Amino acid sequence: MAFELPKLGYDYSALEPHIDARTMEIHHTKHHAAYTSKLNDAVAGSSLDGKSIEEILTNISSASIAVRNNGGGFYNHSLFWKVMSPNGGGTPLGDLADAINKAFGSFDNFKSEFSNAAANRFGSGWAWLVITKDGLKVTSTPNQDNPLMDISEVKGTPILGIDVWEHAYYLKYQNRRPDYIAAFWNVINWDEVAKRHKG
Amino acid sequence: MAFELPRLNYALDALEPVIDRRTMEFHYGKHHQVYVNKLNELIKGSPFVNSSLEEIIKEAEGGIYNNGAQVWNHTFYFQSFKPKGGGKPEGELASVINNTFKSFDKFKEQFSNAAITLFGSGWTWLVKNDSGDLQILQESNAGNPLRNGLIPILTCDVWEHAYYLNYQNRRPDYVKSFWDILDWETISRRY
Repeated sequence: MAFELPKLGYDYSALEPHIDARTMEIHHTKHHAAYTSKLNDAVAGSSLDGKSIEEILTNISSASIAVRNNGGGFYNHSLFWKVMSPNGGGTPLGDLADAINKAFGSFDNFKSEFSNAAANRFGSGWAWLVITKDGLKVTSTPNQDNPLMDISEVKGTPILGIDVWEHAYYLKYQNRRPDYIAAFWNVINWDEVAKRHKG
Repeated sequence: MAFELPRLNYALDALEPVIDRRTMEFHYGKHHQVYVNKLNELIKGSPFVNSSLEEIIKEAEGGIYNNGAQVWNHTFYFQSFKPKGGGKPEGELASVINNTFKSFDKFKEQFSNAAITLFGSGWTWLVKNDSGDLQILQESNAGNPLRNGLIPILTCDVWEHAYYLNYQNRRPDYVKSFWDILDWETISRRY
């Protein structure tokens, strides 16, 4: 079964003014679509054909570079669209809020650690909130790598991610990546992040 | 001595339509300038406070390397262009390119392919080694071949900021147009 480009649960303009419609449309229909079709090309007829994306990523060290780059791109963007919402923002509640307080001391500490990880990732990549065997952690990965991959420095299950490739923000924010990161907090879908935290 | 943003030899709109004025304003006026500013901040009180950019590229790590190499890379990139450029290399560089890649067109194809397929942010380079042999390299992020003792001849910036305002996801279109603004007289002299 080939991988399919997932639909967004909202309109391209729904995250305005934080993320503009043109960026959303190109990001989804061009970048994400290209990762999806290249992933399908890379796994077609190989031993990975038919495996789940999670299964592929957790054993990525034995896969080709094309599977790593496009499989990561496919998974990361799929997560990214889900953890944003036009009704997003605010702060997490319940178990997730407790786990964040436990790991980072406070929500504000977490927010600043996550924002710094996103701002300081040099070049293209992602910043993540990850469930690890030692609790929640913030990390960042280059290009389309992610914490599910067995090659990742911090390994675990990502429950929140921000894309800091320039294509994620350049049309609206140009060189001002910190402004994009600040705006991202207004669209985070904490219900979805909490759902992923519960597992 | 603090590093300074070098001047451009052409106006910000001089490379249109290949590279648009707005891209140049950000790329040169913001990105390049910020690399210069950050480098100057980072070297204060560091062992590199009196170093040349080349020394920084060869010896530094982390932020000093990244910002130092990005200053050098952008200066080199912007100095490779002229309005109504294009054409082909001259003199010795022309014959070495023919010997190495069979023809200028084959070289162009290989270099373009390296620029299109570099995954993520980075630079594609044409470099020469000590014996004068040419090679095409893909370097991620701030990667600069001087670090490995190679001499840069030509580079293409494939960070998305170099082309996104004008070309968005169509990096191949940017790479294709890139050949129309090259200043081969300057580039040939580097060989």
